[in-house]
Amino acid sequence: MSFLNFLISGISLGSIYAIIALGYTMVYGIAKMLNFAHGDVIMVGAYMCFFACTKFDLPPVVGVILAMIVCTVLGMTIEKLAYKPLRAATSLAVLITAIGVSYFLQNAALLLWGSSPVVFPNFFKSVSGETGFALFGGELRVSYVALVTIVVCVIIMAALSIFIGKTKMGKAMRACSEDKDAARLMGINVDATISMTFAIGSGLAAVAGVLLCSAYPTLVPTTGSMPGIKAFTAAVFGGIGSIPGALLGGLLLGVIEIMAKAYISTQMSDAAVFAVLIIVLLVKPSGLLGKQVREKV
Amino acid sequence: MKKVVCMVLAAVMLMACLAGCGSTAAETPSSGDNSSTASASAFKIGGTAPLTGGAAIYGNAVKNAAQIAVDEINAKGGIQFELRFEDDQNDTEKAVNAYNTLKDWGMQISLGSTTSKPCEVTSGETFVDRIFALTPSASSVATTDGKDNQFQMCFTDPNQGSASAQYIADKALASKVAVIWKNDDVYSKGIYETFKAACDKLNIEIVSDTTFADGNDTDFSVQIADAQTNGAELVFLPIYYQPASLILAQAAAAGYEPKWFGVDGMDGILTMKGFDTSLAEGVMLLTPFNADSTDERTAAFVKKYQDMYGEVPNQFAADAYDCVYAYAQALEAAGATPDMSAEELCAKMIEQFTSMTFDGLTGTGMTWNTEGQVTKSPNGMVIQNGAYVGMD
Amino acid sequence: MKNVMVRMKTSRQQWITYAFVIAAYIVLQILSGQKVLSSTARGMLVPICAYVVMAVSLNLTVGVMGELSLGHAGFMSVGAFMGTTAAVSLQGVIASAPLRLAIAMAVGAVFAAVIGFLIGIPVLRLRGDYLAIVTLAFGEIIKSIFTNLYIGIDSRGYHIRFLQAPENLEEGGKLIIGGPMGIGGVQKIATFTGGFILVMICLIVIFHLVNSRTGRAILAIRDNRIAAESVGIPVTRYKMTAFVLSASMAGAAGALFALNFSTIAANKFDFNTSILVLVLVVFGGLGNMLGSVIAAALLTALPEALRSFADYRMLIYAIVLILVMLATNNDDFKALLRRVIPGRKEEREDA
Repeated sequence: MSFLNFLISGISLGSIYAIIALGYTMVYGIAKMLNFAHGDVIMVGAYMCFFACTKFDLPPVVGVILAMIVCTVLGMTIEKLAYKPLRAATSLAVLITAIGVSYFLQNAALLLWGSSPVVFPNFFKSVSGETGFALFGGELRVSYVALVTIVVCVIIMAALSIFIGKTKMGKAMRACSEDKDAARLMGINVDATISMTFAIGSGLAAVAGVLLCSAYPTLVPTTGSMPGIKAFTAAVFGGIGSIPGALLGGLLLGVIEIMAKAYISTQMSDAAVFAVLIIVLLVKPSGLLGKQVREKV
Repeated sequence: MKKVVCMVLAAVMLMACLAGCGSTAAETPSSGDNSSTASASAFKIGGTAPLTGGAAIYGNAVKNAAQIAVDEINAKGGIQFELRFEDDQNDTEKAVNAYNTLKDWGMQISLGSTTSKPCEVTSGETFVDRIFALTPSASSVATTDGKDNQFQMCFTDPNQGSASAQYIADKALASKVAVIWKNDDVYSKGIYETFKAACDKLNIEIVSDTTFADGNDTDFSVQIADAQTNGAELVFLPIYYQPASLILAQAAAAGYEPKWFGVDGMDGILTMKGFDTSLAEGVMLLTPFNADSTDERTAAFVKKYQDMYGEVPNQFAADAYDCVYAYAQALEAAGATPDMSAEELCAKMIEQFTSMTFDGLTGTGMTWNTEGQVTKSPNGMVIQNGAYVGMD
Repeated sequence: MKNVMVRMKTSRQQWITYAFVIAAYIVLQILSGQKVLSSTARGMLVPICAYVVMAVSLNLTVGVMGELSLGHAGFMSVGAFMGTTAAVSLQGVIASAPLRLAIAMAVGAVFAAVIGFLIGIPVLRLRGDYLAIVTLAFGEIIKSIFTNLYIGIDSRGYHIRFLQAPENLEEGGKLIIGGPMGIGGVQKIATFTGGFILVMICLIVIFHLVNSRTGRAILAIRDNRIAAESVGIPVTRYKMTAFVLSASMAGAAGALFALNFSTIAANKFDFNTSILVLVLVVFGGLGNMLGSVIAAALLTALPEALRSFADYRMLIYAIVLILVMLATNNDDFKALLRRVIPGRKEEREDA
């Protein structure tokens, strides 16, 4: 039974990684850049929701929407100020700029909100204050947060797949990811499309931030950085640029992490996660669901 | 041509940068031994602390409390202090830079470093430079080991580990215990080792022994499940309060209700913004400081700290406050004057600290041995209704 | 004809770089001897040398070979731990500290080279961001291993344990690496002169490599792998040469760095350190060794120079980083700068 318990925690952790990984993978797919500041946008989102719900006593839904709006604006601003001027530069220059933005957000948060950890409120409680329910006579416990996280993750993935597949904007995004110049010739506003991608990715980051902090409720200015790196790993794991890949990579990474802790050693769990990653990439060099890029001579 | 100019510019910038680092030295010539120029009336006291980054909460607590103590002492007349803290970001390399900056400023006596690993490095430097150091909170043994001028205001890690095991045995709290410790942290590892050794002697069985590390410190479901399935009646947490708060919350969600036992790093858990204190109900910890104490000096300190910084001071703050007062007492007793060199002060301070008895917020009748370790009795505290209550 | 020009350019850059490093060494050595330099500046000299070596060695991988590596700190870690272990073991045997430092750096370099070779076998099969993420993964694994590694020494030799300390060390034995505690109580034997010599050796090796047949092959692979392969250049072998060389230099830098502090722990060499070194490389310019040297020195000194800004200094550091990247990579920004600073216009025409 403990195996099932671990599986549920793994899936719930993995769902959060998956939502964060989406942000990485979308931006990579369209702008061909690794947005290392993504993890810190998550942190900003979580802080926004925290302040909205504890300082101003707004209902959680309003808090989440507010956080999404702030993060969307933040994401678009970062893109406009820091990344757009570098459209023609090498991908490494953009990477370093992204790292600069990440430092900036962390240190700005430190100055604005202080270094003391705050405890994120748990929105997912039943009327009687229960945080979860038990099955099989208490053997298996499922928290509402885990349930909500998994459901939200599935909904987001489905919505995003429809958006990318069916809408005009989604079509424009796909066109940009294939070939920016050709897309521009076809009359697609490439800048607006990239900006839109950042907006969606950052909005999702806010949701991920709220879910992350609901499940693991301490919040500090560096909260986003490690989940950010893990999610980046997950995105590559699943095949960077692929949306189903982000879901699969995130879920697998979460489950492997928990299982490695449970059945190998808590001391070596990170090493085990990365070892699995290496093996997968050796067998499938472009990730689980990544496109095999054919080389042209 | 452009390249050459670029390079020259860069070289000039580099020189300017290094000179910038040096400029503080130029203002206070030849540091310690000739500080009679600008502020001959005050002792220059400095320390390195993580003021930014993940451990900033501890650094800022130490800095704020030391400032309060310095202001109070300066207001009394008599011994005067000039206090300066430099940021070390809880990093050994930055700590050396921060320490050197303080040395250039003309620091005469030191408050060491706030966190253990940086303090191990800076204590090596202060030992060579003969600057006396009293760290408020760096508790690892390596900090003071073999260095005659390094003193601690807090318990050493092993001391805490064995005291905790002894306490559990004496009160017959449990015969089967679990430990969850932080694998890449000197502090946690130090306490864990001696706790384990003491448990072996006292016939306490460690049934579950799990760890976590930086970057892997959010999900504790596995560690909790391991303790639960192995039937641990008590879980020992030799860790800081931030991961501890997560462990408590996740254990409650998993329906696991053992006895919890913490160490001084656990202090601060009750004052976390938004923390549901009912989760910490019944948590036991050994800590020398209790912010809710009715003791007059403690209450005054807590009030002043809250007025100035809007937070309840934790044990780090109290230790730092005590450090400054201990210095004041020692300097007065030694008849030291601010025009003495760091080396003279060092000899005098070693003599004083190994012989004096000090009463502070974190204990009464504190004494130091020649190793620099403090002797004070840790108080067993238990959290009831969201407040510490003394256990006896 | 063009080829000759390129070669002349690199060889000129080579001599300028040597001259710059030697001049900087002499000036700093004199200043430091005259006590003009503050303790802060003097304390940073050795770390700067270590970062310079890290930057030029990573530049070999990223700039010359064209592969992004996010785990360079892992090799530094290997060098730091193995080098320090050697230095501690030899403490009673060899009296001369500079000799011990040299041996420590050599040991660090050898171990890092071996690890680099082992990692290179799988890593160099991959490309682009996948290669980057695998180097990141190896960096994290190395960190995990050193966090759990214990090495003790006594009269019976070394005792190497994983996850727990060796229990039966003899009287007089010593625990060198103590897992999470790392290595403590080390004699600080690293010197600026030692660092300078290491920097010079690395620069000479790199320039020699780049200007050699191997170097031209590596550049060919970077610029067009398929074309290089089709003219019969053994891609993997040349890449491996560069990768192992880069790893071994990082190992030597690690040993130098570790021996400048009395204690060193595994979590110092984490992902952030790898990123920091990458920032140095990109800051200084890909493939530009002199740029790496200057960037390493500047960016290591910058946070210290910003100390007077207290809490704001890391924020300012971030802003400086972003602005410099924008200024050096954006054409509009460059044009603006040229207009604002009239003097620069002529320079451009000169060039």
